[in-house]
Amino acid sequence: MRPLIAALTVIWLAAVSTAAAQEACDVPGNLLFSESALNHVTAAVKNNRQLNVVVFGTGSSALAGPDGVASAYPARLQVALTQRLPGVAVSVVSLAKMGQTAADMTKDIDKIIVDLKPNLVVWQTGTVDAMRGVEPDQFRAVLDSGVDKLHDKGSDVILMNMQYSPRTELVIALSVYADNMREIARENEVPLFDRLAIMHYWNDTGAFDLYAGSKNSKTAQRVHDCIGRAVAAMVIDAAHLNDAATRTPK
Amino acid sequence: MAPEVPAITTERDLRLDLFRGLALWLIFLDHIPSNIVSWITIRNYGFSDATEIFIFISGYTAAFVYGRAMQERGLVVASARILKRVWQIYVAHIFLLMIYLAEISYVAQGFENPLYAEEMKILEFFQQPDVTIIQAMLLKFKPVNMDVLPLYIILLLLFPPILWLLQRKATLALAGSVVVYALVWEFNWNLRAYPSGTWFFNPFAWQLLFVFGAWCALGGADRLGRVIRSPVTMVIAIVYLIFAFAVTMTWHFPRTAIYMPNWLAEIIYPISKTNLDVLRFAHFLALAALVIRFLPRDWAGLKSAWLKPAILCGEHSLEIFCLGVFLAFAGHFAMVEISSKVVMQVIISVLGIAAMIATAWLLTWYKNAEGRGPGGRRKIAQADLAGGEA
Repeated sequence: MRPLIAALTVIWLAAVSTAAAQEACDVPGNLLFSESALNHVTAAVKNNRQLNVVVFGTGSSALAGPDGVASAYPARLQVALTQRLPGVAVSVVSLAKMGQTAADMTKDIDKIIVDLKPNLVVWQTGTVDAMRGVEPDQFRAVLDSGVDKLHDKGSDVILMNMQYSPRTELVIALSVYADNMREIARENEVPLFDRLAIMHYWNDTGAFDLYAGSKNSKTAQRVHDCIGRAVAAMVIDAAHLNDAATRTPK
Repeated sequence: MAPEVPAITTERDLRLDLFRGLALWLIFLDHIPSNIVSWITIRNYGFSDATEIFIFISGYTAAFVYGRAMQERGLVVASARILKRVWQIYVAHIFLLMIYLAEISYVAQGFENPLYAEEMKILEFFQQPDVTIIQAMLLKFKPVNMDVLPLYIILLLLFPPILWLLQRKATLALAGSVVVYALVWEFNWNLRAYPSGTWFFNPFAWQLLFVFGAWCALGGADRLGRVIRSPVTMVIAIVYLIFAFAVTMTWHFPRTAIYMPNWLAEIIYPISKTNLDVLRFAHFLALAALVIRFLPRDWAGLKSAWLKPAILCGEHSLEIFCLGVFLAFAGHFAMVEISSKVVMQVIISVLGIAAMIATAWLLTWYKNAEGRGPGGRRKIAQADLAGGEA
């Protein structure tokens, strides 16, 4: 009997400790880190001690409600980056809007670049294009020229794909658009924040129950907080800004 | 009648049923969203997937069954039988659509998670049944995973003249098919879809596989026999399969993507499923060459009890395919309403395949009981079923 109890205790402890790890919504490195570098970000942080980030996005980059703006991932990204880059003036401006296709987001791209002077654009897209069934070749072309333009004008890009949304998996066919985003990211040597795979991972490990249909906005806020922190980790890694090295000497 | 009608072998090739049955299982596993078991399916280890196998074998059996009808009864009767089959598939598609709409509506009920405000907008689309249902009946609106039957409908609809030509000038028919395929890549031909875009499986491209299957059935396979069995072909096929495997690994492990040279990536990407990319077609050919080489037609194992379940499923492809689509919806429903744990995904996958086998067994039993099975009296009257379904 004793060994059994001991074994059960060990299993229980293991379960509790993994549950704690899951609560922290960690992302395995292989989902987050790539070889693509963010050189403009590195330069802006090291030389000018400032970092301007602009988020292009659809409705899934925003949250509704009075505290929606503060709890959506762009704001959480700003908080996380500010914490990890002390002495650097970090600003994150979100241009996310419900129902935007990739083409809609790049309509005013020249003006945005001039007005906001981003060092980094987090370009979240794909959901609306998939819902509307935009021609995949056209989607691809828009992404390709958008990334090129941003690079030319001195901004790095992180592409972010769709949310993992298990309830609507049989309604919105994402795979073609997700594949195209992965290929565009690879071709242009741009990091891809694979939100689809990361959220899928969180659901599988039990960090979040993304099948839940409830109105409760707590989960949504926690998911966005985790995404914000994960994007920050990706930026730090890809721009080679390991936390200690960037600290201003006192 | 033309003097040079190629002889159609009468002996049934069990390998066709076996691989069609396996393809049906794989399609089912791939159709359940977020299913961990789908990691075993071939799409993760190479360019092509079960759809290629299914369409090729469907072309093969269509030529086998309706080719004989065309020889014995003429063009008109054979065409009428093909059209009757088209109608059956159309009705099956509409039936599945009803089940799909029911599933979606139920799952969408009370789904108010603020995280998915954007995604939920798609459901508004279903609130206009006047448009949606009519577009679905016109085969323009095809929900996720419901693209294969419309493709099959178009392919069969165009089949009578193709079959007629295949029986007279087989090489010309195949050449015509290749030309159409090539022109698709040049001119972007495809059918329009609703609400926008085009068909996920472009029938003008996928016809190549179907016609190639039919061509093989009508003597092409014998003509290719020596080429397929030559050691050179074997080496090329194996090297290509290993190459495809290595490329797919770079998709699963982003860190390995740096081993993919840019010049190569520029040549091979994007690998279009819609237009049946050449790489996919070649991958299917390589797989088929290996199967033909290492799994002879008279292999004793084909009669073993272990392979019987897959063969049974392959013999009733339309019914089992439809059942698989339905079971994938049911599986998604169970994951939303009960549990989405890994254990549940495995249970759904296993139960689903068991249900497919049981149903196929029941259909065979019924066919035999009706005296339509092998050796039955009404064999000739049911020629469109005697050789398995097309």
